[in-house]
Amino acid sequence: MRKLFIPAVVVAAAMFAWAPIGIARVEYESTMLLVQKIFYFHFATWMAVTASVTVCGIASAIYLFRGTAAADHYAVASAELTTIFCLFGMFSGSLWGRKAWGVWWQWDARLTMAFLLELVFFGYLLVRKYGGPGAEKLAAAMGIFGAATAPFIYKSVDWWRTIHPQTTVMKTLGDKFPAAWNLVWFCSGAFLLLFVITLAARVRLEQLRAQLDRAYLAAEE
Amino acid sequence: MFLKVAVLVLKKDLAIEAKSREILYTTVFFAISCLLIFSVAFVKEGVPAEDAASGILWIALAFSGTIALGRTFERERYGETLRALLMAPASRPAIYVGKLLGMILSMLSTQVVLLPLVAFLFRAPLFARPLLLAALLGLGTLGFASVGTLFAAMLVRTRSRDALLPILLYPITVPVIIAGVRGTSALVQAPPDEAIATLWIGLLTGFDVVFVTLALWTFEPLMTE
Amino acid sequence: MMVRRIRVCLMSLLTVPFTAATAFALQQPAAQDGFVPVTGVPASEQVPAAPLVVGAYAFFLLLMMFYLWTIWRRIGKVEADMHALERRQGAGGSHAG
Repeated sequence: MRKLFIPAVVVAAAMFAWAPIGIARVEYESTMLLVQKIFYFHFATWMAVTASVTVCGIASAIYLFRGTAAADHYAVASAELTTIFCLFGMFSGSLWGRKAWGVWWQWDARLTMAFLLELVFFGYLLVRKYGGPGAEKLAAAMGIFGAATAPFIYKSVDWWRTIHPQTTVMKTLGDKFPAAWNLVWFCSGAFLLLFVITLAARVRLEQLRAQLDRAYLAAEE
Repeated sequence: MFLKVAVLVLKKDLAIEAKSREILYTTVFFAISCLLIFSVAFVKEGVPAEDAASGILWIALAFSGTIALGRTFERERYGETLRALLMAPASRPAIYVGKLLGMILSMLSTQVVLLPLVAFLFRAPLFARPLLLAALLGLGTLGFASVGTLFAAMLVRTRSRDALLPILLYPITVPVIIAGVRGTSALVQAPPDEAIATLWIGLLTGFDVVFVTLALWTFEPLMTE
Repeated sequence: MMVRRIRVCLMSLLTVPFTAATAFALQQPAAQDGFVPVTGVPASEQVPAAPLVVGAYAFFLLLMMFYLWTIWRRIGKVEADMHALERRQGAGGSHAG
């Protein structure tokens, strides 16, 4: 697995190098023109957030019920990544909304719940830092609850009339605007690969920390 | 057996509370002081800000609920009774349900005082549809208390637990609060919008089932060292 | 015990379609479908799009670079601590030996 790291970095770098060219080249969307091009990274980052939240939820559950240290490493790594990707998702959405809706922010269902997701996983990181010994389990509970609210975020735009585009937009994009469809999935692939790479790096940090803790304990004997 | 344990835990808490009434008085008076601050902020020259009542009601509930949670488990920590409870040969989820029921009763007693005050101070016809309001409040209380009891119990041995409880609790329970506020707003309108209120009640039910299930599932591993 | 857990899980799963059905059934019809662009926006309210697009992508680049830098820095710190510990042990070992 470790041997795949460098090739993965190369592929991701290539994808991210090509992405701006592809985005510049793709045709304008008819109603929103230039600003719509934020969509390609905006959607992609939320794909990464979904992956991240899923990994965190599952890893937290495994850690809580089995106590596997590796699960804990993956849980904290993916929680950090969730906060990063979610932050970018909200920032890009805000810039897009400033042009398309005229406002930087709206307290509609999806934006509110996305903000909550960010707060939940930020709380996860706070608990780990300030919770003292045994805080990993408490954080795992936060991770599970946070992951449980994620499906509500996805479906929220369908249930409530909101200013945010509904999920039907993506479902019909392939027929209406195939160039955008291909590009957005390419960018999503790039983001998911980036997610995997950063997850691997962050988990490595946790493994090294655990190794160091074991070394300290061994030295005390 | 499960219910017996839960009711026993509830009776224990009620017995302690009946003697001192500490949590009841402190929570209710905290809620009233919240209302005082809100009325200073939102009532100008005798006219309350439009549609403020439902939001204020639920915020006061959330804040006083957090106080009650903190006090209940602080009491357990101080008497070191939580460990004794956990060592008892009783199913852990049953203990959780017992504490949850106590928490719900505490929040309901706060609501008994809060509702007339909010209706009076903010000129809101809260009692136009009492059954729907009761459903909203009951389900909202259940949702908030279920997550709150779990988090307060798991934080009881943690450093900075008083600061961490709101930080962890509010993002998870905001969907419940939003549903409560929107449902109450719909009921306070003239004429009350029953369809929207029922929609939010349905969503609250969904949240409650998810949260209570997760809480029951995770209580045991969280409380074991 | 296991049966009860499965039952609890099944019940919770069943509420998802229940909730969705309730929500769909009671939802009022949308006032408008999707995004309807506004035409004739006065010049004072128009916002140029290019800085927003460039800003979004630039923010992403900076954010990822910052995050990867923090990981690199933390790994560096942990490795430094490990080397320090090994040196201490080596010194202690040679004294004891």
